[in-house]
Amino acid sequence: MEAEAAQWLRGLFSIHHREAGNNHATKVREVGLLIGEMAGVEQESLEFSWRVLTEGTPAEGAVLKVRRVPLVGRCAKCGREFHIEHYDFWCPVCKDGVLKTISGREMQVEYLEVD
Amino acid sequence: MEIKVIKNILGENDRFAAENRAMFAEKGVFVVNFMGSPGAGKTSVLEKTMERLKGELSMAVIEGDLFTSKDAERIDRHGVPVIQINTAGGCHLDANMVQKTVREMDLAALDLLVVENVGNLVCPAEFALGEDARAVVLSVTEGDDKPMKYPLMFKESEIALINKIDLAPYCNFNCASAKEDISMLHPGIEIAELSCTTGEGVDVWCDWLRRGVVAKKAEVRA
Ligand SMILES: Nc1nc2c(ncn2[C@@H]2O[C@H](COP(=O)(O)OP(=O)(O)OP(=O)(O)O)[C@@H](O)[C@H]2O)c(=O)[nH]1
Ligand SMILES: [Mg+2]
Ligand SMILES: [Zn+2]
Ligand SMILES: [Zn+2]
Repeated sequence: MEAEAAQWLRGLFSIHHREAGNNHATKVREVGLLIGEMAGVEQESLEFSWRVLTEGTPAEGAVLKVRRVPLVGRCAKCGREFHIEHYDFWCPVCKDGVLKTISGREMQVEYLEVD
Repeated sequence: MEIKVIKNILGENDRFAAENRAMFAEKGVFVVNFMGSPGAGKTSVLEKTMERLKGELSMAVIEGDLFTSKDAERIDRHGVPVIQINTAGGCHLDANMVQKTVREMDLAALDLLVVENVGNLVCPAEFALGEDARAVVLSVTEGDDKPMKYPLMFKESEIALINKIDLAPYCNFNCASAKEDISMLHPGIEIAELSCTTGEGVDVWCDWLRRGVVAKKAEVRA
């Protein structure tokens, strides 16, 4: 799934073009990403596409620092929060309560480290 | 120097999707993002759907395809308006492609718009199109382990169609186990067993579409 990673990266790249431009940065050293446990993105294809996409730009050689966000749900019935195991969205306590995702679907740029 | 950003990587797509959603709401058309593996039977289900709903609902189809217009031709044979989007290698549709396409359509004349996504169980789930609901087709020949291997698609869908049920005796597809996994991923999801060969289960799917159309129209009036 190289193509989809490339499209995400284009989104990321346009964000970071804008932000780096606003701050008159000449070189991007590091990009911090927040990637949810249930986001459909693989770190390896992300890194590969990143290298290709940034070649010859101020972001060439920039490191991608990925922070994984755990998949957490809140029970619509009892209100308790759980880490969702094995994609089981039924509440482990009240059994027929459903867990609503509150984190774990993120695909975000958190910060840029620039010169 | 560190710059705090916090921006969604797919923010651009989400903006287009929100515009599409507003446009569909204004016109009162129920929009379904129709997804599933290559060959799961998406177009076949649509062919059955058009036979059943002919004269009852005003329907149009957008066909997402890598390079060809084969699926669009199959829809066209039923006299239903269809527009083809060639992604030229792209493995999913995005909201911008759909927006450009619907500009050519008379949305106000429609009750139902089905968007057949590119055959792919992975990334179409990440790209909102502005749809009201997503539907996923899983065929028994793909294996009962697919929901847990591609969880996002099933999590994000309001209805899962288990297709080619006529072939179940020849495959080791454990339907109960697949259904259990799908319901675990998405408690409350609707699941229908279906065969485009025998027509079994097509009514369940068409009823789901009818309910969606009615609900959408009620929303517009409110
Ligand atoms: N036996 C059987 N064959 C089916 C059924 N539904 C579809 N098929 C066959 O499966 C093949 C693929 O069906 P399509 O409808 O083209 O599948 P698709 O999901 O639209 O495929 P792509 O658009 O290429 O991703 C065709 O040869 C269909 O005739 C079914 O219920 N039973
Ligand atoms: Mg098709
Ligand atoms: Zn609970
Ligand atoms: Zn894709």
